[in-house]
Amino acid sequence: MRKTLFAALALTLALTISFAVAAIAAESIKMSTTTSTRDSGLLDYLLPEFTKDTGIEVLVLAKGTGAAIRDGIDGNVDVIFVHDPEREIQFVQDGWGTTRYEVMHNDFVLVGPAADPAGIKAEKDVYHALRLIAEKRSPFISRGDDSGTHAKELSLWKNSGLPMLKTEQALKSGGKERKVTFEMPQGDWYKSIGQGMGKTLIMAEEMNGYALADRGTFIQQKFGKTPPTSLEILVEGDKGLFNPYGVIPVNPAKYPSVKIKEATQFADWLVSERGQQIIARYQLQGKQLFFPDAIPDAK
Amino acid sequence: MFDIFKDSLYSAFIMIFSGDPELWGIVLLSLRCTFQACLLAALIGIPFALFMINRDFPGKRLLLTVFNSLMALPTVVVGLFLYVFISRRGIFGPLDLLYSPAAISIGQFILILPLVVMFAYSALHRLDRRYREAALTLGASAGQAALAVMREARFAMVATLCAAYGRGIAEVGVSMMLGGNIKGFTRTMTTAMALEYDKGEFTLALGLGVVLLLLSFLLNAGIGFFQGRAEA
Repeated sequence: MRKTLFAALALTLALTISFAVAAIAAESIKMSTTTSTRDSGLLDYLLPEFTKDTGIEVLVLAKGTGAAIRDGIDGNVDVIFVHDPEREIQFVQDGWGTTRYEVMHNDFVLVGPAADPAGIKAEKDVYHALRLIAEKRSPFISRGDDSGTHAKELSLWKNSGLPMLKTEQALKSGGKERKVTFEMPQGDWYKSIGQGMGKTLIMAEEMNGYALADRGTFIQQKFGKTPPTSLEILVEGDKGLFNPYGVIPVNPAKYPSVKIKEATQFADWLVSERGQQIIARYQLQGKQLFFPDAIPDAK
Repeated sequence: MFDIFKDSLYSAFIMIFSGDPELWGIVLLSLRCTFQACLLAALIGIPFALFMINRDFPGKRLLLTVFNSLMALPTVVVGLFLYVFISRRGIFGPLDLLYSPAAISIGQFILILPLVVMFAYSALHRLDRRYREAALTLGASAGQAALAVMREARFAMVATLCAAYGRGIAEVGVSMMLGGNIKGFTRTMTTAMALEYDKGEFTLALGLGVVLLLLSFLLNAGIGFFQGRAEA
């Protein structure tokens, strides 16, 4: 009986150590990013190339932009790859990140049911389209998860000139408390669900509603799965729908544990000619999804 | 609507039986993490239950009540509390535990420990107290007496661990918050299912769901079997 106990103890130890070793053996960095880079398939295409070039493996945590930035502020990852320029600049200014690298952009689209009850199809002005949806009180499904897409959507609503509902919430960030004001459209037609992009589109489809989506995730839902979503792109191409992505290594002055050499190597690689070419070359269902910003004419 | 279910389920079965490496990688990781959590919970929880059976001390009743209510601990609460501790800013930050399989194991360990303690306690409680007394009278040391009791209660203990394993393997809150759902590293059955659902892809999710269902069926059969043996 005592032997069995010892054997069990030894087994636990061995298993724990095997985990620890497995985690250390490969040179790897942790990156928090947005669900859109993962769900669009870009990372599956991009990261193996990076690993091939440098031998560094990138462990991906995909969340909303807010949560990804939070991971950086808490020092739980080495690098973040997100799309909310305002907050990214703030992140660097507050000293949490070293430098912001402009990597690429894609764009947002306004999607909705083919029957289009609010009549926004082919509307050139995205703000006018939003006002129409509000006027008709058609269901609008919002991410509501503090992600980059959510931030973008709120700024669109704000600029549309509709009356907004102000709510104040105390958030703890960086050890100090700060007040955050959320502004969102009024009315029960506006549904904030606090979920990822995929789930938001599924709900929009089920409720015959509209939603703001990044083009990548939408193409994936439309052409990359069976059965495809019945939602259609109704408004696209407005300047207000532009969606830039940035990558920022976490500041090692705040957290000595950050693998700054590898994280910087990753950021440099993304904006290098090779990285930019791979981004430009990535296609989903035959369509280019992301457009390089560091070297715009990379092919 | 029915077709989605039929087609996905069909592809799911193909995935399972063709030995799809992604699916089985996820399954193995889940099994391993929960196994470690269970082992740790057994090594700490069962001796603790034994101690509580044999000793009376002030506050024992209260302690039992606390453990009893902790059995219903929501997984997200465990995840959140542990996150605060093992995040880089937390006390255990330097251990570099967050977003690793070890973090999942620790979280599940905390989740199932109260269950192991309470189940073991009540199983030992049902056992005749005279076993221990007889062993002691026959000249056994305290340790030997404990072993004699454990030998008598071994089936009940296995049934306890089956139940604990079932709770661990099926939880999603801890694995998601502490593991982070990193592909090929901390992606477990439940977090993979949540993710695939989020993406609107049901094949892998359903495949994993079938494996999970089979597992819980096996575990429950195990519980029934060992409980039967324990009472026989």
